[in-house]
Amino acid sequence: MDWTWFHRFGSPPHLYRIAGRLMPWFAWPTAILIALGLYGGLVLAPPDYQQGDGFRIIYVHAPSAWLSLMAYTTMALAAGAGLIWRMKVAHALAASCAPIGAWFTVAALGTGMLWGKPMWGTYWVWDPRLTSELVLLFLYLGYMGLRAAIEDPQRADRASAVLAIVGLVNVPIVHYSVEWWNSIHQAPSVMKFGKPTISWPMLTPLLIMFVGFTLLFAALVLVRVRGEILRRERQSRWVAEVVAS
Amino acid sequence: MSDFLSMGGYASSVWPSVVLTVGIIVWNVLAARRSFSEAHAEARRRVAMEQAS
Amino acid sequence: MTGAWSAARLVVERDLRLAFRNRAQLLHPLLFFAIVTTLFPLALSPEASRLRDVAPGVLWVAALLSSLLAIEFLFRDDAQDGTLEQYALSGQSLTWLLFAKTVSHWLLAGLPLALMSPVAAYGLGVPTSAVPGIVASVALGTVALSLLGAVTAGLTIGIRRGGALLSLLTLPLAVPLLIFGAQATARAIAGSGIAGPMYFLAAFTVLGITLAPLAAAAAVRISLE
Repeated sequence: MDWTWFHRFGSPPHLYRIAGRLMPWFAWPTAILIALGLYGGLVLAPPDYQQGDGFRIIYVHAPSAWLSLMAYTTMALAAGAGLIWRMKVAHALAASCAPIGAWFTVAALGTGMLWGKPMWGTYWVWDPRLTSELVLLFLYLGYMGLRAAIEDPQRADRASAVLAIVGLVNVPIVHYSVEWWNSIHQAPSVMKFGKPTISWPMLTPLLIMFVGFTLLFAALVLVRVRGEILRRERQSRWVAEVVAS
Repeated sequence: MSDFLSMGGYASSVWPSVVLTVGIIVWNVLAARRSFSEAHAEARRRVAMEQAS
Repeated sequence: MTGAWSAARLVVERDLRLAFRNRAQLLHPLLFFAIVTTLFPLALSPEASRLRDVAPGVLWVAALLSSLLAIEFLFRDDAQDGTLEQYALSGQSLTWLLFAKTVSHWLLAGLPLALMSPVAAYGLGVPTSAVPGIVASVALGTVALSLLGAVTAGLTIGIRRGGALLSLLTLPLAVPLLIFGAQATARAIAGSGIAGPMYFLAAFTVLGITLAPLAAAAAVRISLE
């Protein structure tokens, strides 16, 4: 097995250059796919027979929720790699994921509440998925809070990495606890979030949005990770050469 | 067109959701770029200071 | 070099002895628990039937918050006087020593809380038949909470005014404990079997025993660097 790619990935100047070169390849497809997905979801897809046009919120809600979880998983895995192999770039990657993930958790919560108003008659019910997203938001805020509270950047990287991993173990436990909790306090006739009888014309835009949001996350991370690498490598020669030119 | 805008009576939920999500996407793009350019400017200032000293 | 067991016993004995010398620190979380559970009848109503409905929630939220106070002190003194550094350099496994520290912390914070909870529960109109279930669930839940607290307290060592941050880190992770603990208490009050939620609490505790000391040792090492 040839491991040179791994060591090259671990080298900050290499990732800095690669990230810069790759970014446009993610950014343009992202813009096209999200535009296509929104058009397909808002215009082409037929209304749901139960929820009418209200179900269209799923085209922005579900991809946001997906991105929020993907960002947390990426963050924790990168943090773990950073701890195990003492890789600066992995910590830079983890640090880049947090604000993106937190913002899309807000998006998932906000769109979930807007869906709730016509369906439940109120912006907030303790729906298990909304509750899990809320806990996820607190996990993100705790992670960023810990990072901000530690002055030494290396210590901040490593301490927040431990927290991210503990959180990753906890996320599925929270999810299933909340589902269980909801099932024993089941309110009468609660409409579960976004389970329309899905058909292909409805599903296709949704899948396009999922791919679009995945690429969006990649593009955002690639931009942010370059900044985080520069912050961590400010003393090194290659940074001086890169910023001077 | 007005049919499309009224969203079968769900306009007050669907459009704010779309605006919120698209807004957060745009905000994240801008924030990511600002985060990078701040780090870049900071590194550049550092280099300039070292050369001056 | 001392064996692993006697090293752990030394840690526990030292913690207990120090705690009894500094009783105020030991009593504050318990007093806090007592006061919070007293405030609820004053804020809601003295009616027993209403209090009984909210009793599981009140007991568990109060237990969670007062444990948080205790968690703040878990490593503070030992970090300040260099004991933790001694532990890290002692040649013994830091994971093991921190596990021993967690045990002594539970003996000093979790166990008294569990023993006090029937008194608070009685004040909330809970029938005495529920006492064994409540004590068992609080005792088991606080074990898991002490383990979780060892990790988050380890991460916030040396952060000035870290109390609020410690709550922000600990409470979301404690959500499953709150759900199953309160459910066990509710079932004990209703007189139905508490085995279901207790199994879940036990599962979290086992998971905590296997993973939390490792994470706590990593956290303490990072904070001492």
